[in-house]
Amino acid sequence: MYVAVKGGERAIENAHAWLAEERRGNGDVAELSLAQIREQLSLAVNRVMAEGSLYDPDLAALAIKQARGDLIEAIFLIRAYRTTLPRFGATKPVDTGAMDCDRRISATFKDAPGGQVLGPTFDYTHRLLDFKLAAEGGESLEAPKAAPRHQPTPHITEFLAGEDIIQREPESEAAPGDLTRQPMSFPAGRDIRLQSLTRGDEGFLLGLAYSTQRGYARNHAFVGELRIGTVAVEMEIPELGFAIEIGEVELTECETVNQFKGSKTEPPQFTRGYGLVFGQTERKAISMALVDRALRWRELGEDDLGAAAQDEEFVLSHSDNIQATGFLEHIKLPHYVDFQSELELVRKLRREAGADATREAAE
Amino acid sequence: MTQDYNFAYLDEQTKRMIRRAILKGLAVPGYQVPFASREMPMPYGWGTGGVQVSAATLTPEDTFKVIDQGSDDTTNAVSIRKFFEKTAGVAVTEETEKASVIQTRHRIPEAALREDQILVYQVPIPEPLRFLEPRETETRKMHSLQEYGLMHVKLYEDISQHGAIATAYAYPVRVSDRYVMDPSPIPKFDNPKLEMAAIQLFGAGREQRIYAVPPYTKVVSLDFEDYPFEPTKADHACDLCGAEDSYLDEVILDDAGNRMFVCSDTDYCRSRREAGHVGRLGEEAA
Repeated sequence: MYVAVKGGERAIENAHAWLAEERRGNGDVAELSLAQIREQLSLAVNRVMAEGSLYDPDLAALAIKQARGDLIEAIFLIRAYRTTLPRFGATKPVDTGAMDCDRRISATFKDAPGGQVLGPTFDYTHRLLDFKLAAEGGESLEAPKAAPRHQPTPHITEFLAGEDIIQREPESEAAPGDLTRQPMSFPAGRDIRLQSLTRGDEGFLLGLAYSTQRGYARNHAFVGELRIGTVAVEMEIPELGFAIEIGEVELTECETVNQFKGSKTEPPQFTRGYGLVFGQTERKAISMALVDRALRWRELGEDDLGAAAQDEEFVLSHSDNIQATGFLEHIKLPHYVDFQSELELVRKLRREAGADATREAAE
Repeated sequence: MTQDYNFAYLDEQTKRMIRRAILKGLAVPGYQVPFASREMPMPYGWGTGGVQVSAATLTPEDTFKVIDQGSDDTTNAVSIRKFFEKTAGVAVTEETEKASVIQTRHRIPEAALREDQILVYQVPIPEPLRFLEPRETETRKMHSLQEYGLMHVKLYEDISQHGAIATAYAYPVRVSDRYVMDPSPIPKFDNPKLEMAAIQLFGAGREQRIYAVPPYTKVVSLDFEDYPFEPTKADHACDLCGAEDSYLDEVILDDAGNRMFVCSDTDYCRSRREAGHVGRLGEEAA
């Protein structure tokens, strides 16, 4: 009569088998290839690479396939794989000023050296379902091409820096911390903060960034510049004694220019927020820049307004979706023992409060 | 795209880092040592802290046992046991007696553990003061100053409101007269067992903390002279093995709400039944 205790092992195996079948879906429908996911769901691939903190489109495509399209699950697969990889060293900082830009826009200047380049954006599309896409067998499409630009595209904020009207970022040769190799402690420092934000959950950062726009630590941000493109990754090889290019990565970089009336310690000037994220991930990069700026209140001598986006410990402790989803979902695990002890406690407290007696009297 | 993993999954550098944290934890009983927790192939909140501590503790000669809610066969216990069978190739057992390393969630085995055993706890929220003060920066200060008044006020308020301390599990303890510690969500029935011969290690993966209670260390459950700590359990005997001294799970049997009570420690129950003890419904179940 008592059946609940045994059978966990077989139940797990059967659940896994069913999961595999569901993942494949109807066998009459052609199976997705990793190349299809990589090429046609590239923004999903980008998000998985960014929040998984591993730049590998093929592995990200595999993770998406294995996770049945659940991107947080895919990010989790990538993170778990990433921790097992050996570390050979650190690359030199990438030079985003030398980026080959696919997209580069500024909301602060009508035109600037390098121009406004819209690139492959959804921005001005009308969000009407395109039923032509439902018909399969469409040919590959080719967009008109302009001659590529060969000079580097300067950062917009550099034009403001020349006038000294925007806050200068302190230069540093210090090696940045690594949040995957050191336990988090607060205050975290901007290096760790930016690392945490760039791998943080897009939805969480979007919500926080939005809250600053709606008045919770309001700080009006202009998109000084948003650029998307590829940069070379260089690494110094000890045996060679000089740096060589080992590959390139696609990045989205956002610099916001924020109003600033000055504080006790700083003169009136524009201030900056910064976002840098793997892949074409501009919603995330803009969100990151807004949250970064909100978190800089202390360094700029601003007031703590008690807003969520200003609270470093709050933001960094809750931005990681792998930590959050794991802890949230662990409440599915058995809690018979704690629940039993609560049951006994509540029964005892009710007895002592005479609740049972009162109810009986009422019946 | 295949990969061979190191013994017990983690690389040696990581295991060394974890062992250092464990040693520090043993040297300062009850103190939460920050460590650079790794992302594991199971979710945070599902035992990643315990798994990392076990990985750093296991040797190829060890015999490993995993329990969740006292049982070896609950789904997550099965999953963790299989993980180490696969990545470490260690012997596994369901018998408390035969295990050298026991990973547990929410229980301390009923049978007394020995000096040559290690008990590894999975910890969700290592900070006993967390629900009184959400900020880590504040709670660390409170520990360093032994500023535990807030906790006593909370326990006092329970008594004034409910006539009893309204904490049934994860009941806070003071270790070695110094640190207030969260014993993980074990029922308070288990608290007296925290003074034991075995090494007790606590791992919280998501929160990046390891702490420890060395063998024979003084562990006191917080209370007041006039409201002493009371380990409680259901007022029944096990319906399968008749044990009156073990923690019991309540099982609903039918639509009429009939219940039975059985040992939560399945190995304890099994060994008692094998020794001939029979509870109220024991024969029916056998």
